[in-house]
Amino acid sequence: MSGEVVASTEEQQEMQDTVVSPEKAEEAKLKARYPHLGTKPGGSDLLRKRLQKGQKYFDSGDYNMAKAKMKNKQLPTAAAEKTEITGDHIPTPQDLPQRKQSLVASKLTF
Amino acid sequence: MAGAGGGGNDVQWCFSQVKGAIDDDVAEADIISTVEFNHSGELLATGDKGGRVVIFQQETENKSQPQCRSEYNVYSTFQSHEPEFDYLKSLEIEEKINKIRWLPQKNAAQFLLSTNDKTIKLWKISERDKRPEGYNLKEEDGRYRDAATITTLRVPVFRPMDLMVEASPRRVFANAHTYHINSISVNSDNETYLSADDLRVNLWHLEITDRSFNIVDIKPANMEELTEVITAAEFHPHQCNTFVYSSSKGTIRLCDMRASALCDKHSKLFEEPEDPSNRSFFSEIISSISDVKFSHNGRYMMTRDYLSVKIWDLNMENRPVETYQVHEYLRSKLCSLYENDCIFDKFECCWNGNDSVVMTGSYNNFFRMLDRSQRRDVTLEASRESCKPRQVLKPRRVCAGGKRKKDEISVDSLDFNKKILHTAWHPQENIIAVATTNNLYIFQEKVN
Repeated sequence: MSGEVVASTEEQQEMQDTVVSPEKAEEAKLKARYPHLGTKPGGSDLLRKRLQKGQKYFDSGDYNMAKAKMKNKQLPTAAAEKTEITGDHIPTPQDLPQRKQSLVASKLTF
Repeated sequence: MAGAGGGGNDVQWCFSQVKGAIDDDVAEADIISTVEFNHSGELLATGDKGGRVVIFQQETENKSQPQCRSEYNVYSTFQSHEPEFDYLKSLEIEEKINKIRWLPQKNAAQFLLSTNDKTIKLWKISERDKRPEGYNLKEEDGRYRDAATITTLRVPVFRPMDLMVEASPRRVFANAHTYHINSISVNSDNETYLSADDLRVNLWHLEITDRSFNIVDIKPANMEELTEVITAAEFHPHQCNTFVYSSSKGTIRLCDMRASALCDKHSKLFEEPEDPSNRSFFSEIISSISDVKFSHNGRYMMTRDYLSVKIWDLNMENRPVETYQVHEYLRSKLCSLYENDCIFDKFECCWNGNDSVVMTGSYNNFFRMLDRSQRRDVTLEASRESCKPRQVLKPRRVCAGGKRKKDEISVDSLDFNKKILHTAWHPQENIIAVATTNNLYIFQEKVN
């Protein structure tokens, strides 16, 4: 398969007189659309974005609210259960009633 | 360049099975994130974005009917990881299973390691086909008997029952990774394994969960100076002191744990010199290695970057011995692939049992079989339209430009949402598992 790599280099040298390499042409396209794109491509910005993958929430309350919204949880039910635990101690995020995620079987098992 | 056959000695591939829902509306949890055969090939495990593991077992072959190929049926399924919340960083920890690795079988039970971004778990999968009956103090349903009514004594006996497969978590290896785990690899010593995140590689003992040794740390003192991350890591199949890790800059470092406790200084650095005149904005991004796999014989390793697969001889660091283009026609589409983030897709690759053929995925549910010994390659498709039992897969061709021939598909018609990132090859036979977004296809060699 190394023959194939050689061919493309030769192809590129041929094309240099009239057209730039496909990769450089794509780069020009990108620079035209995003003129402010940093000169250092694979640099820190990209990597840092990669290291911090995952949605950030303001705090754990924000996270739990977002999860509740996703599951269409009934908030009144949560309030009713809450009365059982407050008064005894300060509730922690773990105490907050959370309907246990009903285990949905993977569709690969069907 | 494209050959008619693929998979060594003119193997023809046929459809065997497909698992998963047919509907186009894919729930996020159903996205398959890892596929792995065990060491005998009898078991096939998949992990998904919902944190679930499904294990399939190959049926014992029917010797009287050799044409009837053994099928893979569901053996066990369990919830491996749950979503968590990192309170310190206010970040969600996904339950997605990044990797599954099987341990070699030592007794009747099977063991596998499964990992999400932060926590690795050792699961024991065991069979139960007998249960004790005839207790003296308990009824069959478990209720306790009134002691006063017991007048005779009997010996409980084991009676056969319907096979039950149980999965139980035996070890939880947590809190050792600040960054996201991308790889786990079991050592040939069957006692240790490594886990790698973006900046560090840790060594664990399978029995010990409260301690982990850091063996590679590429975190710079000042994060502003960060230029590369670790993308994959693997132990050598036979040398328990050797492992490799690949980087986002397209290099692979081989380390020897006998040299020092901290393997920041590599023993070998594998890097192909780049032609500086060809350098573009995309060069570094497409050179990032998404997967690295040792050959079964331990003499070679394969790396996958965005556009190609490279085979390296462990004795030669300055360039790969073989390079295969996976989908070169995408080079002229890099701008749009950067805009839709596809350029960051992480494709895996795998070897066949005797290291003569390698396989990797592409877009449009295409996957590529690259025959090293015959210098041929073929593009096949995992599609619901080729799902008749034992239907032979037809080679696919992509037209890069110019006049499109009859059976070809043009680059612009490719569906970039249909990506095959995960594939696995049975360790001995010509059976392959190919994962599309939410379906698992099993193909087998055509038997005449």
